[in-house]
Amino acid sequence: MNRRIAQIVCFAFGALLFALYFSQHPAARKLNATVMIDYWQIIFAITLLVGVLGFVRMTWGSIRKGDDRPYRIVSLIGLGSMPVLAIIWGIRGDSPFMWMFEYVLVPMQSTVFALLAFFVASASFRGFRARSAPAAVLLAAAILTLLSRSSLEGIVPQFFTEAADWVRGNPSMAARRAILIGIGLGSLTTSLRVILGIERTWLGGEK
Amino acid sequence: MGAIVIIGTVLDPSWFDMARLPTLVAAIISVLVVLYTTFHKRSRQRFKLREIAGLKAVEEAIGRATEMGRPLLFTPGWGGDIQRPTTIASMNILSHVARKTAQYDCRLVYPTHDPVIMTVAQEVVREACVQAGFPDRYNANDIFYVSSSQFGYAAAVEGLISRTKPASVFLLGTFEAESLILAETANINGSIQIAGTDSTIQLSFFIVACDYVLIGEELFAASGYLSGDRSILASVRAQDILKVMLAIIMIIATLWVTVDPSSSWWRF
Repeated sequence: MNRRIAQIVCFAFGALLFALYFSQHPAARKLNATVMIDYWQIIFAITLLVGVLGFVRMTWGSIRKGDDRPYRIVSLIGLGSMPVLAIIWGIRGDSPFMWMFEYVLVPMQSTVFALLAFFVASASFRGFRARSAPAAVLLAAAILTLLSRSSLEGIVPQFFTEAADWVRGNPSMAARRAILIGIGLGSLTTSLRVILGIERTWLGGEK
Repeated sequence: MGAIVIIGTVLDPSWFDMARLPTLVAAIISVLVVLYTTFHKRSRQRFKLREIAGLKAVEEAIGRATEMGRPLLFTPGWGGDIQRPTTIASMNILSHVARKTAQYDCRLVYPTHDPVIMTVAQEVVREACVQAGFPDRYNANDIFYVSSSQFGYAAAVEGLISRTKPASVFLLGTFEAESLILAETANINGSIQIAGTDSTIQLSFFIVACDYVLIGEELFAASGYLSGDRSILASVRAQDILKVMLAIIMIIATLWVTVDPSSSWWRF
């Protein structure tokens, strides 16, 4: 019965938002914004609290069991300190909260992002091997693109740049658009299955 | 009288945006095709599905994790939320994976960046365990919210993979720059990776880095493919019908604009 109610609500809101999309009446626009923005923020705020509490419970359990205890302790300290700093000193540019954000959090994020360069290198080394004809084509395209994007303008012939542009603009773009069409149609049918009640996995059950 | 009201509403510019009429027509046609393939008896008759290596590998991945006594990690990426059809498609696969892991008594770990996705995933996994007949194997602590920050999420999942060394890693959902970080970390730790995303940019990274990749609409076909549900498989057929229709329209438009370069009816 609860699932049936959820399905009815899902169908009702799906149909409503679908209809609102085609209207430019101020009342329709306002209702659309209310549902899409205000309701979503309320839902997110509530579930964020649930998520944080779940994280704390899980982390505390790991600390008690001794699993990755140092990392877990640091996590809880970070989780607790930032809101405390914000509440006490605010979030102005010269506040301790912003200091922590700019000199601790941002560098950490940049560090993780920097790892991407090394991962790109290792993945490329593994992926761009001419083990088969398709792999050889992939390798050739990669080298062509790499050279065309390098700062070797005086050394790399102009032909390479033009060839690389052609590869990116024609076969690559064509393939990408084909994939995008498939994704678009897949998204459409998945959405319809959910709205029409055919797909019920998100309710916890397939039937 | 009802029809008159509807027509009046449609023609009233303040109530109906005529610029979106082509979209409405396309949407109605799409809905009708999906309804036909789903509910029409003849349309639901047996039809051929091509094999998808990534989906065939799901069983292998779960079996491997069970034999090795190592956990299985499933994460939906940072770029999506529950509103996204890709996330729903990911949940469909999660349901199947969770049911199998419950049957095999294999640990399933699910970190996510979004608390809404977390709550839905918990419900999906809990129900999957019930359906498998092992409700006691559900552990809410294994489905947890990590961080809304992109690289906070990436760092957390990367660290989790490095410490727990899952035998199999499922990267299914909407991914951004964290895709390669997670895929390579899983590879370094010797995990089988099955990936799928609706981001074409990240798809190229997955193809290079992962063992199996669901490309394009394969991610959305996974639910029906794994469950064998005829109703869901029917929508896969609907996609094919819509593709043919789109191809025909594109061919006609191409020929038309070749003959009449000034035409613009196809720009909608």
